[in-house]
Amino acid sequence: MKLYCLSGDAAKPCFVLSFKELLIMLDCGLSAHSLLSFLPLPPVPSTRLAALPAYSPPHVSDPLLDGELKECCGRVFVDSVPEFCPPLDKVVDFSQLDVILISNYTCMLALPFVTEDTGFKGRVYATEPTLQIGRFYLQELAEWLAPGAGGARAARRWKELLHVLPPPLAHARPRAWRRLFSRAALERSLARVRVVGYDERVDVFGALHATPVSSGYCLGSANWVLRSAHEKVAYVSGSSTLTTHPRPINQAALRGADLLLLCALTQTPAHNPDHMLGDLCVHAGVTLRAGGAVLCPVYPSGVLYDLLECLSAHLEGAGLAHVPLYVLSPAADASLAYSNILAEWVSAGKQARVYLPEEPFPHAALARGGRLRHARALADDALADFRQPCVVFAGHPSLRCGAAVHLLELWGASAAHAVIFTEPDFPHQEALAPFQPLAIKAFHCPIDTSLNFAQAGKLVRELRPRELALPEQYAGARPALAADVPTLLLRRGAARAPAVRRRAARAELCGELAARAAPRELRAGLRAAPLSAALRVRDARLTLEPAAGAGAALHWSALDVPALVAALAREGVGEARVEAGADGCIVHLPRHDTLVHVERHATHVFCEGRADVRQALRRALAACLPHI
Amino acid sequence: MPDIKITPLGAGQDVGRSCILLSMGGKNIMLDCGMHMGYNDERRFPDFSYIVPEGPITSQIDCVIISHFHLDHCGALPYMSEMVGYTGPIYMTHPTKAIAPILLEDMRKVAVERKGESNFFTSQMIKDCIKKVTAVTLHQSVMVDNELEIKAYYAGHVLGAAMFWIRVGSQSVVYTGDYNMTPDRHLGAAWIDKCRPDLLISESTYATTIRDSKRCRERDFLKKVHECVEKGGKVLIPVFALGRAQELCILLETYWERMNLKYPVYFALGLTEKANNYYKMFITWTNQKIRKTFVQRNMFDFKHIKPFDKSYIDNPGAMVVFATPGMLHAGLSLNIFKKWAPYEQNMLIMPGFCVQGTVGHKILNGAKKVEFENRQVVEVKMAVEYMSFSAHADAKGIMQLIQYCEPKNVLLVHGEAQKMEFLKDKIEKEFKISCYMPANGETTVINTPTKIPIDVSLRLLKAEAVRYNAQPPDPKRRRVVHGVLCVKDNRLSLLDLDEICDEIGINRHVIRFTSTVRFDDPGPSVKTAEKLKTLLAEKLQGWSITISDGNISVESVLIKVEGDDDSTKSIYVSWTNQDEDLGSYILGLLQSMVQ
Repeated sequence: MKLYCLSGDAAKPCFVLSFKELLIMLDCGLSAHSLLSFLPLPPVPSTRLAALPAYSPPHVSDPLLDGELKECCGRVFVDSVPEFCPPLDKVVDFSQLDVILISNYTCMLALPFVTEDTGFKGRVYATEPTLQIGRFYLQELAEWLAPGAGGARAARRWKELLHVLPPPLAHARPRAWRRLFSRAALERSLARVRVVGYDERVDVFGALHATPVSSGYCLGSANWVLRSAHEKVAYVSGSSTLTTHPRPINQAALRGADLLLLCALTQTPAHNPDHMLGDLCVHAGVTLRAGGAVLCPVYPSGVLYDLLECLSAHLEGAGLAHVPLYVLSPAADASLAYSNILAEWVSAGKQARVYLPEEPFPHAALARGGRLRHARALADDALADFRQPCVVFAGHPSLRCGAAVHLLELWGASAAHAVIFTEPDFPHQEALAPFQPLAIKAFHCPIDTSLNFAQAGKLVRELRPRELALPEQYAGARPALAADVPTLLLRRGAARAPAVRRRAARAELCGELAARAAPRELRAGLRAAPLSAALRVRDARLTLEPAAGAGAALHWSALDVPALVAALAREGVGEARVEAGADGCIVHLPRHDTLVHVERHATHVFCEGRADVRQALRRALAACLPHI
Repeated sequence: MPDIKITPLGAGQDVGRSCILLSMGGKNIMLDCGMHMGYNDERRFPDFSYIVPEGPITSQIDCVIISHFHLDHCGALPYMSEMVGYTGPIYMTHPTKAIAPILLEDMRKVAVERKGESNFFTSQMIKDCIKKVTAVTLHQSVMVDNELEIKAYYAGHVLGAAMFWIRVGSQSVVYTGDYNMTPDRHLGAAWIDKCRPDLLISESTYATTIRDSKRCRERDFLKKVHECVEKGGKVLIPVFALGRAQELCILLETYWERMNLKYPVYFALGLTEKANNYYKMFITWTNQKIRKTFVQRNMFDFKHIKPFDKSYIDNPGAMVVFATPGMLHAGLSLNIFKKWAPYEQNMLIMPGFCVQGTVGHKILNGAKKVEFENRQVVEVKMAVEYMSFSAHADAKGIMQLIQYCEPKNVLLVHGEAQKMEFLKDKIEKEFKISCYMPANGETTVINTPTKIPIDVSLRLLKAEAVRYNAQPPDPKRRRVVHGVLCVKDNRLSLLDLDEICDEIGINRHVIRFTSTVRFDDPGPSVKTAEKLKTLLAEKLQGWSITISDGNISVESVLIKVEGDDDSTKSIYVSWTNQDEDLGSYILGLLQSMVQ
């Protein structure tokens, strides 16, 4: 067994496990931190951004670099179509992958980089919500950033001149960065995904079973349990023990694994998500009451549902029920509609509503009542009566593309408005950097429901794995994740070998063959019999069927020479002469032209006589040695 | 040989009151717990005293599985759990769990309030019963206990209908419930993987029918409805609240829209909206097309179909009314029927199956006069049409399912004896597998082959694989492992000799035999060895023979040639005790060659 780590972002993991001649990719996370090095891509041309001064490094004049870099408030940005950091493609040959197992929609966005134009021939498994919501995320990105989407050019030259650029660009490793895939590639890639349900056993080429079990993090989020007859590997990615809208985590299925691979823990360990949600409601309430508008840069699904539920209730309590809530995203309508038909994937409380029958999430009722509006973009007809004060949920959380860019440009100069960051993927100061100077109030209320280090440590203690594997980023986590479990640390681009050793394979013994064997008791509680079986291998499953032959005969312990001589005499082979040798003795049968070398653990017969003498010898030996 | 026992308490050579007892590997499972619509006495419910004449029933049944929400599959469940006293686990899908209580309540109202029956379960009992239900999702593998595992597959009969795969140890059974192999306007087709169960228990409602194409039937239906309303007639379509009703509504809705018709269409029950809400909520259980388009347009928001009020019965002029229940055995559909039956211009369309004993069944069999309990006699002059829209698999579909999952035996239930007989012959001929069709109360026993799990040492397998792969590929070649079967703590393993010695803590004693053959063959000994190899390869076809440094080896038999270039060679043949057969054969071969 071997474990490769292909992603340097512990929250957007990508691992490859090689086991039983299979290559299994676990998650396919797309790191989007690279976006922050780029200038925002506004949906409508922005004069401010266009007017930013060009930057050229001191003492370097490179005409090719012309206009690729811009400066804003002392920071340098790349003026180009933003790029992402997909999993490493040089460590494992993607065409050799057998399966890709996806844990949740935040960890699948690099899928087209792995499956398209790489010769990939395997299968991809994900739960239905993961596929659908992942599709929303990808379609949203594709709408903004897919080739041909924006007018911005693709800058390249700056990557050659990193050494002369100021930080943080100087520390970036942009050679591996890629522009987003085309929409066609995205659709082709998603078409490969096979939908699975929780606790469904997926047979992976007969060699093992993979089972997604609920992880409690978001709709359809799953941890994967890989099981063969003797080994168990648990992959825990993006799990939550908090009570939110998805089905709670299933811990029982993860217990007692030979290897536990733990990743995508919280990115904001210092913030309690419950408090943050409370803070957000307060900030929003204060801003709205003062007549300001609130902007929340969010993804089109996930915590958004909780935000809508809590914020609408809070505003109602605060007498602000008239304030409209807007969700702006190319996937807004689908995301809001879809969340309400996933009854089988939500928490028990939400599920009970479906039996009434009512929608599991209150946002359907909000939309019917007209308080919640959604639109593909700001220019949409649905927003004809857009009014302030209001709360707008819009992407992208990095503030580099989508409607949020335009709204921030619009509201940035007024201190009456507020922007509240809830997604933990991007540091908010960096996200705001290209918009500086800003007067708008900025609040940081990251809501990351993934396990924090204390919860993860508790989980590890409860699950009792034989071995633990972690991305190296968690090595210094306090409190430590695993004090008493052997731990493997995984670094981007490196391979490690867990201690799991295979000893046996499971087969099926057919009844007829079993009936033939007559096991003898060799020791208390242990019986054995020689067995020869025809081995049938079908779909990597083994069956033992009757075959000719008696099985491996086994003799043991030391040979008692006088007993052998007596036995030989009984068989009619007499006149044995015994000579003591160096490490044993030699029995000489001169009449039969035969020598028997007897050692402690071996007997060697040099028999030049007739075959019947040999048979007699075999019988005599069998009589003197315990055997089966 | 282990066996599987099946006893239908209902639905054995019959339709209605599905309830099948299955026992295998020491587990007893009840498949469906339905009631019979044709009876009003105790024959309505399955005979639970068959399971235990007296005393608690829970200890005798490990779990109850309900395939879908139709009352002939779940109608007796509250009776069993609340009145007979079953407290064990009950499994059904989420939509079934949501919808079944509504139908049960509906039925209870008709039975108690209209017919004035006593000794029937109460509303509270239905609620309590449903609380005990564990909802499952498709393909989820549920461990009922350590040995019993169940898994649901999509059946496409009604919303949430499922087939169940049930496994105990190495034995497995698939129970189909009711299923449909052709996708319709709102549901997809049943699907199952190649799970090769020991037994497939299949419904056989349409065992002899091979239905014409769906499109023809739909066109026929629309044409008849249209003709009738054009002449000012009233069309009554008795349906059950959920299921077929939604499909026919979608059908009429789109037709009305296309033809721009204005005749009123009513859906006659308070449930309509609620029922359609369930469809919206569980849209993941409908077919691909509806699922894809629901964001833009929800197919279950009807524009032309309005709720019905009782006062509309006597309204003049044409109309189309969907009314419950579907078999005309009680309730509103029966009331409307009584009013409309005596007029020729009206039409009754029965879109589903009617069980024996119901008014629907009588009319479909051509009864021109129907007598009711209160001696009221109704003359039937209206046109009566039977159109099979109920979503059951036809003969072709059943054969298709058998082909999909490759069972070793088939057992037919939920159908009429004569038709089953026909299908049974067909299955036995076509698939060469046994097919059974027990009557109610009759037990069928099916033997299954024993399969025992065993752990095979990887060393043994790897050694075999090395040998096997060294030879030219031949899929027909037998692969053989020689090892020692070891039984410890009731677990079997197959080990190689060194491993078993370690396991027991003994020292192996190896016995070898060596014989010499003298061979007069001048030349280098390597040449001689080559010659021998050619000879052996000729005689021992299919064995791997290797040669290195002048030593030939066949399995564990070693052959070594020694001697000077121009003198007689000594050929040593050496083998271990267990390869005696091969060793002595080679020795004999070489000896005869020398002579």
